[in-house]
This record gives sequence, C-alpha cells and structure tokens, in this order.
Amino acid sequence: MTTLLEVNGLVKHFVAERSLLGRALAHVKAVDGVSFSLEAGKTLALVGESGCGKSTVSRLVLRLIEPDAGTVRFDGRDLLSLDANALRAFRREAQIIFQDPYASLNPRMTVGQILTEPLALHDLVPPARRTERVAELLRLVGLEPRLSRRYPHEFSGGQRQRIAIARALAVEPKLIICDEPVSALDVSIRSQILNLLRELQDRLGLAYIFVSHDLAVVKHIADHVAVMNLGQIVETAEADALFAAPRHPYSRALLSAIPVPKPQAKRSRIVLQGEIPSALNPPPGCRFHTRCPYVIERCRREMPQLMPDGTGHATACHRTSDVPSSAAIVPMDGGFSPVLEKLVAAFSGGSEAARSGGVSS
Amino acid sequence: MSASPLIEIKDLRIRFHGDDGRVTHAVDSVDLSVANGATLGLVGESGCGKSVTSLAIMGLLPKQSAEITGAIRFDGFDLLTTPDQTLRDLRGNRLAMIFQEPMTSLNPSFTIGDQIIETILRHRGGSRKSARDRAIDLLRRVHIPSPERRIDEYPHKLSGGMRQRVMIAMALACDPRLLIADEPTTALDVTLQAQILELMRELKAASGAAIILITHDLGVVAEVCDEVAVMYAGEIVERAPVDELFSAPQHPYTVGLLGSIPRLDHRAEQLATIEGMVPNMAQPPAGCRFAARCPFALDACTRAPPPLLEVSPGHLSRCIRAPLELLVS
Repeated sequence: MTTLLEVNGLVKHFVAERSLLGRALAHVKAVDGVSFSLEAGKTLALVGESGCGKSTVSRLVLRLIEPDAGTVRFDGRDLLSLDANALRAFRREAQIIFQDPYASLNPRMTVGQILTEPLALHDLVPPARRTERVAELLRLVGLEPRLSRRYPHEFSGGQRQRIAIARALAVEPKLIICDEPVSALDVSIRSQILNLLRELQDRLGLAYIFVSHDLAVVKHIADHVAVMNLGQIVETAEADALFAAPRHPYSRALLSAIPVPKPQAKRSRIVLQGEIPSALNPPPGCRFHTRCPYVIERCRREMPQLMPDGTGHATACHRTSDVPSSAAIVPMDGGFSPVLEKLVAAFSGGSEAARSGGVSS
Repeated sequence: MSASPLIEIKDLRIRFHGDDGRVTHAVDSVDLSVANGATLGLVGESGCGKSVTSLAIMGLLPKQSAEITGAIRFDGFDLLTTPDQTLRDLRGNRLAMIFQEPMTSLNPSFTIGDQIIETILRHRGGSRKSARDRAIDLLRRVHIPSPERRIDEYPHKLSGGMRQRVMIAMALACDPRLLIADEPTTALDVTLQAQILELMRELKAASGAAIILITHDLGVVAEVCDEVAVMYAGEIVERAPVDELFSAPQHPYTVGLLGSIPRLDHRAEQLATIEGMVPNMAQPPAGCRFAARCPFALDACTRAPPPLLEVSPGHLSRCIRAPLELLVS
C-alpha cells in the first residue's frame, strides 16, 4: 500500500484576544502537534468532542487555512511549499464535503452549473462533453441526469449531500475529506449516504478522512481511527482494534457512552465528571487529566507522548500499562434477533424477496 | 398501563392552513397515553409530526394557522379547550418542556438565575430569596459545578452541555408531572449526552414525573424509554413496549429504521435503506402512507388506510401484513 498523505507535527493556534496595539494576548490551541498518515483507498476517522480540533485538522490538510508549524506531504509532495498555481492543481486531488448540504451549495446555480464549474476551472473536460460528464456524475451518486436543471432548494437534504459528493467527485480526487457528512441527515437517509460513500470508495479507490462525532458511524466506515482531545491525538489504531479494546481513558469514556439500539444492552458506562477544559488554556501535563478517572500525580506535570506498541496501536497515556482491562467497555448490542435479522434482509432485498419468501396469505 | 394515565391523547389531528390556501396534514388520528412515572419515546424522521404533537400538548401552535381537533386530557383538563390563562398556569408548572437548542431557548440578556427564579416566582410565589435558594438547589441537582457562582452568569458563558442542564433545571423548577423533551441531546457530544441521559433517569426516579422523549436516535430510545411510538407522515405506525419494538418490530418502517443504523457488533457491508420519499402531506395517499416505499406492500395496501391494530398485548401496528414474522418464516 502506498502512503497518500503524511501529516507531521501539525500546529495551529488561533489568536483569541489582541491588545490595543494588535499584539496577540491569548491563543486557542486548536491543533497542537498532530501527526498521522493515510494510505490510498483507505478511510481514517477523526473523532472527539466539539472543539477538539478535528475540523481544523481537516482544513489544514487541504491548506484551506495555513498551519503554524508542521508538514503535510501528499503523494510525495510537500503541500506547504506549493505556490498558488500548484496549490490549485493540488485541489484537483483532494476535495471536501461539509456537514450542511444546505449551506455548501450556491442557491443561485443549477445543479448542472454547480457540477460544471470544477470541470471548467480545472479544464478537465472539453466544453462540448461537459453535459455528458455532469450526467455521468449524477448517475454515479444515484441521481437522475434530468435533475441537472434544478436548483439546490428543490432537493431534500440527502439529495443535496449527493450533489455535494458529485461536485467533489467531478475532479476525480484521490482524497475526500468528509466533515460530519451525515450528521444533519435523518437515519434512513444517513444509511443511503454511508452506503454511497463506501461504494464510491470501492469503485474509485478513494481515500477518506472522515470527521465525525458519531462513533457507530465511524465503526461502520473507518479502517483507522484517531481519537482527538483538545488539539492532540490521544490514541490511534485500526478501527477494529480500537473498538475491541480502547486503551486511552478518554477513548474508553467516549466509546462507553455510545447509545446502542438495544434495551438493557450490557455496558459499563464511564460518565465523565467535570467540564471540557478550554482550548484557550489547556491544563498542563496530560490534557485529559482534569476529567480522567485514573489520574496520578505524573499526569498533572508531564505531557504523555503518543507511544506506538508495534501493532499499529498508539496511545498517549502514562498509565497505558496499569489501567484496568478495557473488556466490556464498548456496549454490545448483541445484534438483531433472528427474526429481525431476516426481516431486515427481506426489507433490503426488495419486494421480490419479500413476496416470494412470504407468500403466506 | 394503569387505569388512569397522566396524559391521554385521543384522535389528535393537526392541519396547517398555508397563506396560499394549501392545507398540510401534519398529524392524523394520533392516540397516545403516558402513565405516571413512565417514559414514552416518540420516534420518527424530520417532518413526521412528532414535534408538532408535542407543541400541541404545550398549546404552543399558532392559533391562526393550526387547526387542531381531538382531545388531550391531562390532569383533569382538556388542554385543547383550556383557556390561555389556565394554560399559562400549567406550563412551566405541571407541564414542562426542554428543547433541542438550549442557546435559542434561553434569553441571552438575563442571567440563568433570573430565568429560573422567574419561573419559580410566577408559579410558586414566595420571596425572591427563597426562590434563589431553590434555583441554586436545582442547579446543583443537575450537576452544575459551583452553582452559587454560576447562577449569576449569562447563557453565553456556559458550554452547550451546561446550557442544556440549565434548561432541565428550569423545566424542573416546579416539579412538573409531565416533562416533554424534544431532542434534548441531539446537539451534544456523546459524553455529554451520556451525562444528560443519566440525569434524566435520575430525576425521573426521584420525582416520578412522566417523560415524553422526542428523538430520531433509536439508541437513546433503547436506553431511557419504557414504551415507544413510531411516527411516519403524521401517523403513529407502531406502538410497543421498548423491548418488543427492538426485538420484534411489527411495521416495515420500523424494520427499515432499525436496519439503517450502523451497529457496533458487526460490520454490515451494506446498511438497509428506505427508498423513495416521504409523501406530500398536502395530499396524503389514500391507502397506507408508507406503501410506496415498502418492499412488503400489496395492492390492498394502497386502497384503504390500514387501521392501528393490536398484534400482541400492548403492541400495535398500522400494517395489514403484521405479524411480520410470517413474511420470513
């Protein structure tokens, strides 16, 4: 597998307060030393609570905002040294879709215009063939080509998100950053978009950075997960490994809190006490120590480093080796009952399956 | 269910009359009841009528455009015919509501203390001093750290989770008999969501209030509800005790919803999807409103609206193909 994206020591501090003379008085440490890498065709999920810096990371990776320090290498190139022209060329290879499909599409352009714009901008398709390509893109995301004359307001939320995905796909990118792409959508629509994202990944070999606070969705879509807290990655692992046995106390609390669609699910929920500290003035030492149930003196003084264990699982915690086992922390929903399993299969299988399997009456 | 439920909704219908003369059928023949101390989950997707139902209970729908028929019996009143003055005495007192957006439901120009104290003085009277003490006590009950200090802060100084807790404190100010929570945790992170759900459970155990929880998150429903009503296109399509709903749903829409949630236990390659669109509620279909999207639909489904029938004790479904087990056995 080839490494598509390599991020090293990324830092972004926003100025929160200035003096009369314009000197910075306070900084929000939105991203503070974040490193990760992503292979082509794979999905990395960034998870964490609001304000942990996950969206800032995704914007830094695209150079939509400039980092204060660190490096981003994409396909072997150093992104931070690119000039304006080279940066525009890079945008062909990496795209982003946002949470709110209502806000991210221009209401005054038809869907056809929205999808033609990137084709023209990057001069990808000769003008004569653009209508054809727009139709192809719409079909790719499961919309009918005749809809290209309509305006965004004529579509539902799920359809708009499909249009946003089609626009991202127009330039044939290698990487798409999905920033909470399904958070604003209803459950049944959400599953359609998740299925679509997966299918496109298989067909086009896309890599995703998937930013989300919905952990069940992350479990479903991600190959690799990085858990962020206050601007730093506290744990990173293969998705299956993380969900089987989270190590960092913060990941444990996060995963233990997932509500599962099963009454009386077995769980040992860790309810965190206290408020999330402000990124304006993060606590010294480990940034999680104010809420950590396993805090010791060392955590208050010394910031733990992200330590890999050799199996691709890395944790930034002084107590990784001596906290209790994490078995049974992630709630188990036990799967569907056998009847429900069959019903869901029949529901998805379409009418033929249901009718032939169930001609009872 | 006990002999006399705390709240009983009978044949509730809500129509909105638009400026252009269009009539939207937002809610149709909804029957619901909640016993003292029970939690009912009202589930469904955007536009299914769950929030409108709760606003009708609170008497918060605009009189000019909303035509409401049926009955909502609560504590000896029919809320639909109760005069406004009496309703105002009930709201915030025996009937309380928490909304999804704590920032838009708190007044930014008053301290949170002022806002809680106002509720207490309006319904309970007494001195400002005693109301303030009660407000501090309420903030403590919802686990706001150092409530003596926080009470004088403005909403913008609080985090989202704290604001939602202030909303809950305010709703609890007069020990309501019924608490309606409309997507109370949707805007919150999972860790905060866990705190708020825990809090709601605690409070229910302590006060014995009944709760109507409106949500689209089936995970949340599984955790806190005793009974669930699933709404689709303005109608209740299924009503069941929570265990049964999740183990043996009797309406295809519920099956579709359950199948479309990513699960932690196994990684399905494909999630179930519900194809098609919600019907246009200005002209609801003649038969079953879900028929057009239902893989189990028969011709009979599109002819006449299916009744809500009991499939097993306490388990109702608005589907002529129920019990659904027979379809796959």
